[in-house]
Amino acid sequence: MSEPYTIIIGLEVHVQLATRTKLFCRCSTKFGAPPNTQTCPICIGMPGTLPVMNREAFALGLKTAIALNCQIARFTKWDRKQYYYPDLPKGYQISQYDLPFSQDGHLEISDPKGRFKPKRIGIIRAHLEEDAGKSMHDEVSGQADSKIDLNRTGTPLLEIVSQPDMRSPAEAKAYLQELKLLLTYLGVSDCNMQEGSLRVDANINLHVDTPEGKVATPIVEVKNMNSFRAVERAMEYEAVRHWEVWQETGQRLGQVPKQTRGWDDTAMITRGQRHKEESSDYRYFPDPDLVPVVTTDEELAAVKSSLGELPAQMRTRLEAKYGIKPYDSDVLVSAGQGLVDYYVELADLVGDGKLASNWVQQDVMRTLNEQKVEPAAFAMRPKQLGELLTAIQKGEIDTSRAREVFLEMVASGKSAADVMKAQGIEKVDESELIALCQELIAANPKIVADIQGGKPQAAGNLIGQAKKKNPNINPGRFRELVVELVGKM
Amino acid sequence: MLSRADVEKVSLLARLELTPEELERMTAQMVQIVGYVEQLAELKTDDVQPMAHALEVHNVFAADEVRPSLPREAALANAPHHDKEFYLVPAVLGE
Amino acid sequence: MSVLRQSATELLAKLNAGEVTSVQLTQAHLDQIKQHDGQVKAFLRVDPAAALARAKEIDDRRKAKKPLGLLGGLPVAIKDLLCTEGETTTCGSKMLEHFKPPYDATVIKKLKAADAVLIGKTNLDEFAMGGSTENSAYQKTANPWDLARTPGGSSGGAAACVAAGMAPLSIGTDTGGSIRQPAALCGVTGLKPTYGRVSRFGLVAFASSLDQIGPLARTAEDAALLLEVLAGHDPLDSTSVDVPVPKYSETVKQPLKNLRIGLVREHFGEGLEPEVEKAVRDAVEVYKSLGATVKDISLPHGKYGVATYYIIAPSEASSNLARYDGVHYGHRTNEKQMVAELADERNKLVAAGKTAAAEALDNPLVRMYRRSRAEGFGPEVKRRIMLGTYALSAGYYDAYYLKALKVRRLIRQDYDVAFNEVDLIVGPVTTSPAFKLGEKVDDPLSMYLVDLYTVSANLAGIGGISIPCGMSRNLPLGLQLQAPPFEEERLLRAAHMFQQATDWHQQFPAMVPKA
Repeated sequence: MSEPYTIIIGLEVHVQLATRTKLFCRCSTKFGAPPNTQTCPICIGMPGTLPVMNREAFALGLKTAIALNCQIARFTKWDRKQYYYPDLPKGYQISQYDLPFSQDGHLEISDPKGRFKPKRIGIIRAHLEEDAGKSMHDEVSGQADSKIDLNRTGTPLLEIVSQPDMRSPAEAKAYLQELKLLLTYLGVSDCNMQEGSLRVDANINLHVDTPEGKVATPIVEVKNMNSFRAVERAMEYEAVRHWEVWQETGQRLGQVPKQTRGWDDTAMITRGQRHKEESSDYRYFPDPDLVPVVTTDEELAAVKSSLGELPAQMRTRLEAKYGIKPYDSDVLVSAGQGLVDYYVELADLVGDGKLASNWVQQDVMRTLNEQKVEPAAFAMRPKQLGELLTAIQKGEIDTSRAREVFLEMVASGKSAADVMKAQGIEKVDESELIALCQELIAANPKIVADIQGGKPQAAGNLIGQAKKKNPNINPGRFRELVVELVGKM
Repeated sequence: MLSRADVEKVSLLARLELTPEELERMTAQMVQIVGYVEQLAELKTDDVQPMAHALEVHNVFAADEVRPSLPREAALANAPHHDKEFYLVPAVLGE
Repeated sequence: MSVLRQSATELLAKLNAGEVTSVQLTQAHLDQIKQHDGQVKAFLRVDPAAALARAKEIDDRRKAKKPLGLLGGLPVAIKDLLCTEGETTTCGSKMLEHFKPPYDATVIKKLKAADAVLIGKTNLDEFAMGGSTENSAYQKTANPWDLARTPGGSSGGAAACVAAGMAPLSIGTDTGGSIRQPAALCGVTGLKPTYGRVSRFGLVAFASSLDQIGPLARTAEDAALLLEVLAGHDPLDSTSVDVPVPKYSETVKQPLKNLRIGLVREHFGEGLEPEVEKAVRDAVEVYKSLGATVKDISLPHGKYGVATYYIIAPSEASSNLARYDGVHYGHRTNEKQMVAELADERNKLVAAGKTAAAEALDNPLVRMYRRSRAEGFGPEVKRRIMLGTYALSAGYYDAYYLKALKVRRLIRQDYDVAFNEVDLIVGPVTTSPAFKLGEKVDDPLSMYLVDLYTVSANLAGIGGISIPCGMSRNLPLGLQLQAPPFEEERLLRAAHMFQQATDWHQQFPAMVPKA
C-alpha cells in the first residue's frame, strides 16, 4: 500500500440465534408479526416476573463459540447491563460482563482474488445477551410520539467481538463473509441482515507513519451498516476521513472521547451521533434471578464431535481430494453444504474433480439460480449429470454440444443418452475420422501450408469444415489428427 | 466524602428528579448511611469469593417450546399511553 | 371460643367435620375487618363478595364430597406485593396504583389450588422497603396491641391482620426480616423459608437474592400447614430449588429429641432491652426443660450484617425498580405539562444567553422518566434506589457492592461453622417491642438498625422463624429460631414444642372477641 498509514478495524457482530423462543421466556421469535403481539409479562418486564434461560440458545452459542476456536468457560454467569430506554422494558439488558461463556478464539480468512494473504482474525469473546425492542421515531417532523414495539425484546443474540486484526475494508468484508458462512453451516442463525438477524458495528482507526514512529488516531465506532458491502464502503469512507482529520488536527488516540458515527447508505457518508456521557455507566452486576452455567469437559467434547465439517476444513478437503483451486473450492463451499454434497457426488462419479467443478459452478449453479431451488431439490441428480460428463470424457460429445444437451435434459427431464440419441449424437469411428481428415487436408493446401508455416491455429478452419460435414466429430481428437497428419507430410 | 454534586449525578443515573431540598436531605442521609456501611472496609476479604446468590444452583434451563403470548390488548392494558398497537413515549431524536 | 381466636388447624378440622362452613368463617373475619380495620388499616383492599362467593363454592364442593385442597376453605390474606391476576397489585406504591397484572404469582396459584379463600390484600412498606409499614403510599398500619405503635414491617399488614383476628393465615415476604420482625411485634408466628424453598415468580422483587415468601399464622402448626402449600420447585423461578417438600403439617407435631441449641454471644450486647433478653433467656429455659442442651456460640461477622445488607439490598433494588419508568405500565407524569415546562425552561435559558445550561437540560424522555419516578416513589424507595445506584456506579463497585458480596460469604460461613455444633440458633428478633409510629421515620439509619438480628439469615439464605415468647408493657416479644438450609421442618417442630409448653401464642389484643 502506498498510503502512509495502516487501517485498523475490529468488528462487533450481533447474531440472532435460530431458536423458536426468546432467551428468557417462551414467546415466539418469528419475524414480521404485528407489533406487540409476541410479548408476555416476562419480556415486557412486568413486576414479579423472572427469566429462565433457553437451553437451545445456550447450546447454539456454545456450538458457535467452539467452531470459532474459543476457550469455553467452565463457569459462566449472567449480568445486568443497566440503562434507560423505552425499548428496554426492565431498565437493564441481561448480558454477560466479566465472565463470558467463551473467549479468545479465531477465524481464518483468505481472499480467493489474492488481495490479501490468508490470515487469522482473533476473536476476543462471544457472549449471549437479550435483544431490545424496536423504537420508531417520527423522522419527518420529530414532533410525534415515538412508538415502541416489544416483539423483538428478549430475542437471543450472540455478540461476537473480534480483535482489531483487520487491515483493510476488504479484510473486514471477508471476515464477515466467512463468519456468516460458518454460522450458516452450523445452522445457528439465518443471518438475514434485512431482518436484523445479523448486525455489524465496526471500530476503526489508523496507525499513521510519522517520523516518531506509528501513531494511532482516535477510534471511531460506526453503526447502521445494513450489508457487508455497506461495511466495506463505510470502512473505505472512514479511512479517508480519518486521514483527513489527522492531517487537519493531528488528534491521537485518547485525546478525544470515543465517537460514534452512523453510516448513511444513500449519501455514502458517516455522520456523528450524539451521546450523553453518563449513559456509559452501565452498572453491571450479576443477575440474581439467573443461576450460573457450569459446562463440563464431556459436554464440550460432545458438542465438538457434533460440529461436523466446517467451511475451512471443507475447502481444504475439496482442494486436496479433487485437485481444484482455492478459488473453486471457495465458490463451492460458499454456496452451501447442499451444493458441496452435489459436487462431491458428481466428482466421485466421474472421477474428475476439475470437470465436475466446472460444470457445477457454471451450468448447475446458473440453473439453480434460474429455478430458485436448493441443490437437494434440483431435478437433475449428480448421477444423471455424471452420465453426460462421462460421455464427454469418452469423446462421445464435445463440451459445447454437451451444454446444449444439458439444457435439453433440464427442460425435458430426459437422460443424457436419450437426448444425445434424439439429437443424433454418436461417437464417430476413428477410421472415419482419419478419412475425413485426409480428405480435408487434400482439399485445403493453403491451410496446410499455414500450419506448416507455424500457425497451428489455422487448424480451426479445418475443424469447422469437418463439423459441417459431420456434427458428431470430436473437435479435440480431430485437431490432434490434423496436427499429426500434417506433421507427417 | 459524598458531595451534593455526586448525589445529583447519581440522581440522573437513577432517573430520579430531586428538588433542591430533597437533594440536600438526600445528601446528608446518604453521607450518614454510606459512613455506616464503610465499616466493612475494616475486614480483610482478599481471599474471599463473592457470594452473589444465596444458593449453589447451576444450569437451570427451559425447553425451547413456544407458549402463547399475551393478546396485544392485555399487553398494552397497563400502559399509560398507547395507540392500541404501540407503546408511546415523547419523541426523542438523535438517540 | 370465637372462631377468630382459633388456629387454622382447629378451624380446618371444624370445616371438615361440618361444624362450621367456609362462608361462616369468611363472614366472621370480614366482620372483624369491617369493625376494626378502620383503626388497624391492615388491608389495602378487601372484596367481600368475591371472598364469600369463593367460600360458597368450596362449601358446595365439600358438601358434594368432592376432594378439596389442603386449605379447604380457610381465609388467607395476601401481602400486596404478590401479583393477583386481573386484580390491582400496588406494592404499597403510588407507582402501581392502577396496575393489574395479567398473571398470578405462583404462590397465589398454589393457594387457589389448595382452596384458600383469598380475603384481601394487606398493607406494606412501599415495595417492602421498611420496618414499620409507615412507608406505604396509602396508609399506616397500626399494631393491634397498641394503635399508636407500629406493627413492624414490611409485612405489617400481614402480621397485624392475624393478630387482630382478621385472618387466620397470611402471606408475607421477608428480605431482611420483613416476616419475622412484624410477627414478633404483633405476637404471631412468622416463618422465612430457606432461599429457593418457595417460588418468587409473581413476587414483586425488592432484592432478588434475598426475597423469600413465607407464612404468618397464630401457631407453628398453622405455619406448617401454609408452608406445605407454598413450598416447592417452580420452573418459572430459576432460583427455586428442586428438593422434595416434606409434609410439614404432619411432621410439625413430632418433638425433636436431643435438640442442641446455640445462643449467639454477640446477640446479647449493647442495645438489647433487658425485658427482651429476659424473655429470650426464659424461652431457652423452656427448651432446656424439654431436653435441649444449650451451647454458647459465636457468629463473628454478624455485626456486619446490617452494613452488608444495606449495600446488597439497595443495589439489587436500584436495578429491580428501574422498570418503573412510566412507559409500559405504572405511573407516568402529566406529559403535556412536563413538556411545556421543559420548553419554557429552555426558552428562558436561551433568552438569558445561557445556551450551555439550555443544552444540559434533560431531553423530554429523560425528564419524563425522572419526574414519573419522582412522583411515583416515596422517600424511602428513592433513598434505596440512590444508595444502590451509587454502590454499583463506576469507581465504587469494588469498594461497596463487591466488598459486601465477600462479607456475605463470611456471614454464611459463620453459620456453616455454627451448625456443625448446634441444630438451631435461638435468639431475639428485635431489640425491643413495637416502637411508636413516627418514632424513626426521620432517621433512616436507626430504622435500618431494627433489622440487626434478622438480616443475616437473608444474606446466608437460611430459614428463620419468629414465635411469641413473652410480653413487655402489654406488647408481644418474639423469639427467633434459625436452622440450616432446607430445615424448615426442624424450625416448625421446635416452634411447636415451645408452643405446646407455653401460651404466649394464645395472647390476643382486646379487639379480638373472646366469644
